[in-house]
Parts: sequence; C-alpha cells; structure tokens
Amino acid sequence: MNVLNSILVLAAAFLCVFGESVLTGPRNLLGAQIVLLPALMIYAALSCNIGIVSLLAIFGGLWFDSLSANPLGLTILPLFIISFPVFLQRDLILRELPFAQFILGGVASAIAPFISVLLLLTAGKHPLLGWGSLWQWLVMTAGGALATPFFFALFGWCDKALGYQVRTETSFRPDREILRRRRT
Amino acid sequence: MFKQNNYIAAGIVVLAAVLILSLPSSATAHLKLALGSLFLPLFGLANAGQQLPADLADSVLPRRELLHEIANLRQQVQQLQVQQLQAQATAKENDRFRDLYGWQRQQPWKFKLARVITRDPANWWRTIEIDLGSHDGITPNLPVLTQDGLIGRVSSVGLTRSQVILIGDPNCRVSVLVQNTAQDTGILSASGPLNSSLADLTYLSSSANLKSGQQVLTSGIGGVFPRGIPVGEIVDSRQVEFGLYTQARVKLNVNLGALEEVMVLVQ
Repeated sequence: MNVLNSILVLAAAFLCVFGESVLTGPRNLLGAQIVLLPALMIYAALSCNIGIVSLLAIFGGLWFDSLSANPLGLTILPLFIISFPVFLQRDLILRELPFAQFILGGVASAIAPFISVLLLLTAGKHPLLGWGSLWQWLVMTAGGALATPFFFALFGWCDKALGYQVRTETSFRPDREILRRRRT
Repeated sequence: MFKQNNYIAAGIVVLAAVLILSLPSSATAHLKLALGSLFLPLFGLANAGQQLPADLADSVLPRRELLHEIANLRQQVQQLQVQQLQAQATAKENDRFRDLYGWQRQQPWKFKLARVITRDPANWWRTIEIDLGSHDGITPNLPVLTQDGLIGRVSSVGLTRSQVILIGDPNCRVSVLVQNTAQDTGILSASGPLNSSLADLTYLSSSANLKSGQQVLTSGIGGVFPRGIPVGEIVDSRQVEFGLYTQARVKLNVNLGALEEVMVLVQ
C-alpha cells in the first residue's frame, strides 16, 4: 500500500459520491440508488492502513451527507462501523478471493444503510420508509456485493500501472556458475 | 502498540462524527454547502458533457428543418399572443370584480428558471439541488414547479445552490383540493419509497365524492403554496380509520425521476 493508492482511494470515494448524485439510471431502472461507499470501505479495510480507513470514513461520509438531506456527519459512523471489524480481522480473511470480497461487500452494503436509518430514527428524523425499502435494501446489498471485487480489480490494476513494482531476487548466483572451457 | 493505534483512530473517528453531528444547524448548513461546493467543477464538467451531444446534433441539423421549426414557432408565438391578450382582459375583469367586492388583488406569478444539478444519493430522501441560491433571490419555502405542475418547495438555500424537497418526501406536505363540486381538501403526503409518480391524499372528509381522473390543485391553505397550482389527478380512493376519513392515491402530473429544468415561484 503506497501513498498513490491512498490518494486514489479517497479520489474514488469523491467520484463515487458524485456519480451517485448525478446518475439517475439505477434509480429509474431498479427503483433504488446503489451506494458504493461501503464497498470502497471494505477495499480500504482489507488493503490500507487504519489512517486511510479513518480518513475515508470521515471524508466519504461528509461528502455523501453534503449532497444529501442527511444530517451532516451521520454517514461517518456506519461507514466506520462496517470497516473497523474487517480491518481488525483482515489477517484471517482470504481477501484475495473474489468470493470473499463479494460476501464482505454485500454484508457491508446491507449493514451500512440499516445503521444510517437507525441513527436517523434515533435523531427524530422521518426518512421515507415502507415495504419498498426492502427492495431498495436488496438492490443496495447486491450492488455493493458486485462493486467490491470490481474495486479490488481496479485498484490492483492502478497499482500495477502507476506504482513501483517489487523487484524480485534472481536465482542466478555467479559463484555457482559452471564454467565450460577447454583445458589448457 | 499497533492495536492501541487502531483504537485511537477509532476514537478519533467517533469523536469527529459526534462533534459534527452536535454542531448547531446554521454551522452544519454552512459546512454542508462548503463541502458540496467541492463538487462544482465536476457538475460543470457533467453539464458540458450532457450539452456536447446536443450541440453536435444542432450543428449538423439541415437548414430546411431549422426554417420549418422557425415557422412553427412563429405560429405558436402568434397564438400565444392572442391567448395572452385574452388572459390580460380576463385578469382586468377579475381585478374589477375583486375591487367591487373589496377583495385583495392577486399578484401575478413570477418564475426563475433553474437547472437540476444533483439528486439525493440516499434512498430514504426525495430531494434535488438546483443551481439558484440566495444570490438569485431564492429563499426557503418557495414553491418549485414545472410547466406540468408542482414538484415541491425550497428547503435550504446556499449562495448559488438550493435544496428542493420533492412531493413524496415525508418533509413535504401540501394542502390540496380536489376539483369536484364539493372542492374537498386534504393533505398530500408520501406514498412509498419505490413509486415516485404516486402520492397519498389523506384527511379528506368521509363523505368526499372522489372519482378517478378528478384534478388535484394546491388549495393555498398554509401559505407556502399559492392556490391553483396543478398537482395531479385522483387514481382511486378508500375509507380509512373505520370510515373516519377518506384517503386517495394521486398520480402526479410531473415525472419526478426525469427533472432537468424547474421553475421557482418567487412571488
């Protein structure tokens, strides 16, 4: 994990929030907007240090709330709550496997909106809820699950294309070279 | 040591969230606008991107088609001028009658055209942002509509942007009347999170005679929305709360999912 990748993760969060507020396709087609921040948080929790995970939760949450009718700062907590346990247990998670990424992304995308709505109701707000919210929740979960392996592939590619690669040691040893020459 | 760092970071995040959530509403509104303005360059780019295909299409449109369009528009302008004369005559007549009965004269509506720049990324709110703010004379609670009918009201205002709560959001309730003989009045409120084209009309009297297709207009009660703005039409109705009052579903005139340009009613 290098500085470039950290900057890319934050830039991706910014672009995700922008895309969610401008692109109306998923909302018109599926009846719900897909929120990509939980998937990005899972990527950060499995690949970045705690500083980046914290920054992503704070700035991602603030950017999201600045374009939404949510109280400012509300989304910070759900994003951090879904990523912190994953970060603590990441050595036990098979993070290279797309299936694990898919499941973690789905679970995170299911839990984050649930916590947000819970916080809203606790704060005395009246969000638009109904039986249709269950469908929206399913769409968000599926969207986040699909987006997580995509983020891993995208950042892997970016890292390969823009970052320095680790130089591996060659197995050739000059002192063990068999020299073939004529006897004099 | 490593674990301790993790928990310190967690503490900082929780503290930051709690601090921001406990800020006074005026401070959070300013902070929200400042953070939202970071996206302005991207909105500009997105607008330019949307405009580019239209500009390209315009540049390759044949001259004959343009001339045909101009001729059509001239015809429409002539028709509208005649209609405007008729409307002016009717307005004068209306004013004379109002003077005769000692009623207050109605102010003509003035609009400001705005472009929709974003939609709420959260699924549990139904709001949009428009590119007019306090700089353009926008204030909170001004009605927002399109040529087809009402869409909502301004909720918060920044210098160059404003947030509009759409009909169907739980925070936007509109007092409306049904265009029937009894002119039944009720409150238009949210129907559900999935279908944005329908809204619930509640608190109608139990004797309300509602039929499918009857027009629904703003009633002017409450003072936020002036009387007579079209909202939608009745789809169906049913008795609720053991026949205490009637509830109806209203199909909104405006497709809230495809808003691009809206008008703010400034007077």
